[in-house]
Amino acid sequence: MKKLNYGIIIVLGIISFIPLLWVIITSFSPGNQVINGGFPFWVSNPTVENYVKAWETAPFIQYYINTFVIVFGVLIVQLFTITLAAFAFARVNFKGKNVLFILFLLQLMIQPEILLFPNYQVISQLGLVNTKLAVMMPYWASAFGVFLLRQTFKQVPYDLDEASRIDGCKWYQTLWHVYIPSAKPTYIAFALVSVSHHWSNFMWPLIITDSVESRPLTVGLALFAQSYETGAQWGMVAAGTVMVIMPLVVAFFIFQKQFVSSFMHSGIK
Amino acid sequence: MTTKRRKFSSGTRHNLFAYGLLFPSFIFLTMFTFYPTLKSIQLSFYSGPMTRLQFSGLDQYKEVLADEIFRKVILNNIIFMIGTVPTSLFLAMYLAIWLNKKMAGSSLLRTSFFYPTIIPLIAVANIWLFIYTPQYGLLDNFLHLFGAGDTNWLGNPNTVMIVMIVMIIWKDAGFYMIFYLAGLQNLPRDVYEAAEIEGAKPLQMFRHITFPLLMPTTLFVMIVAITNSFKNVDHLYIMTKGGPDNASNLLLYHIYEAAFTNWDLGKAAVLTVILIVIMLGITAFNYLYLDRKIHY
Repeated sequence: MKKLNYGIIIVLGIISFIPLLWVIITSFSPGNQVINGGFPFWVSNPTVENYVKAWETAPFIQYYINTFVIVFGVLIVQLFTITLAAFAFARVNFKGKNVLFILFLLQLMIQPEILLFPNYQVISQLGLVNTKLAVMMPYWASAFGVFLLRQTFKQVPYDLDEASRIDGCKWYQTLWHVYIPSAKPTYIAFALVSVSHHWSNFMWPLIITDSVESRPLTVGLALFAQSYETGAQWGMVAAGTVMVIMPLVVAFFIFQKQFVSSFMHSGIK
Repeated sequence: MTTKRRKFSSGTRHNLFAYGLLFPSFIFLTMFTFYPTLKSIQLSFYSGPMTRLQFSGLDQYKEVLADEIFRKVILNNIIFMIGTVPTSLFLAMYLAIWLNKKMAGSSLLRTSFFYPTIIPLIAVANIWLFIYTPQYGLLDNFLHLFGAGDTNWLGNPNTVMIVMIVMIIWKDAGFYMIFYLAGLQNLPRDVYEAAEIEGAKPLQMFRHITFPLLMPTTLFVMIVAITNSFKNVDHLYIMTKGGPDNASNLLLYHIYEAAFTNWDLGKAAVLTVILIVIMLGITAFNYLYLDRKIHY
């Protein structure tokens, strides 16, 4: 019984790993090998030609820069907005708190992803179509981040808060010296989830960008892949795909524990 | 000793202070959640091009609801949900239960199941497009070993949904697995010890202890998975464009087509409203029904 189950899990684990292994191997295969057949997990004469060609054909450097700007542009503003809002919800009593809290909750249900069409119109009214700013703005408020951080701030002992005030700290100094340091694990969890989420984002940047200057990696990759769908060009598309996923995959393998606990953290209500 | 709980008194000054703190978030929520939601509702009652909108009442809703493609897309989305959610939840729970035990290689296996979570769906689509390619693809290559012929998995309306579902299960099961791993860590040890003394078999322990105690996790993951089945459509852009003949089309991708390929704004607005209602429905179901039935 036990052996059978572990057997099944090992087989599933191998199957699960195959797509990544295969795309990496294909990215080092010469163009004709894919078509000629042969064992798909072995390259007799590996080549980096696919990477060189992919790199030359599409402006991947620019796409990398764009993705970096977008991902960190989203994160930095989010950190600012969620910190202030979480502090208000966790430690201030004010009129309309419950109503406002429910309004924030709404964003968890109606996420920007499903508002592709009306948000396009908002951006277009602002005259920001085809800018990196347009890719970032819908995500600058994060109800998810606010809730996550509010939970953490609530656990900060009042005594600490009080002590800092007696020492003459202004509210922002208390926030900075007491609350923010004690919420470090939450900030890391939120940052990892936010960065990997926006690195992967596709539909919104697809419709809102239309130039090399503003397009992120995901959209660049999709356009690149579409122009080379025939088998002979697989190597190039595989190389492009590997280039897009590598920063995430490498970061994941290095900081694996942190990633897993962050994603786990993100699911706690 | 009693600690005096000091909170701000709710005077006007503190109200203003709180509103000030919420203001930055609120601007963006208004611009990209509240306003667009209301705008979609409003637009759904108007037809014609943006510059010459005419009030048309419920006409567009009737049109959409009578549209065969719309019905097909909704049906597809339901099939997609039924195909992905229970299987990936089952798999996630199964993997978590066995990988929760300390054994050689279990962390390596966890990695292998979890890594698809962090790969962008659009890159996943690229990889699986190769896997499913007729004749040269990895799947056909594998099936050749058993003497099978070539199959156009993505080009056949009968197989396209199934292979998409398999791909999404591969991508998401490991993500759901970690919630179960977290849930398992919190289960009370003494209950198991007591059951063992009573002579309970492993399967009985699962049925009467593990499964019921994991119910909150299951419900949470289920809501996430259902939401995902309506929200994640990136793969369609690369793999099928919703085809062949809308056999793999999903609601959000259909909105994208209506709005940005056909520029049918009224229809896109109606479809967006329908999707919003579905999303609110899922949450309402969760909070009003499930939360009351299950005690955490």
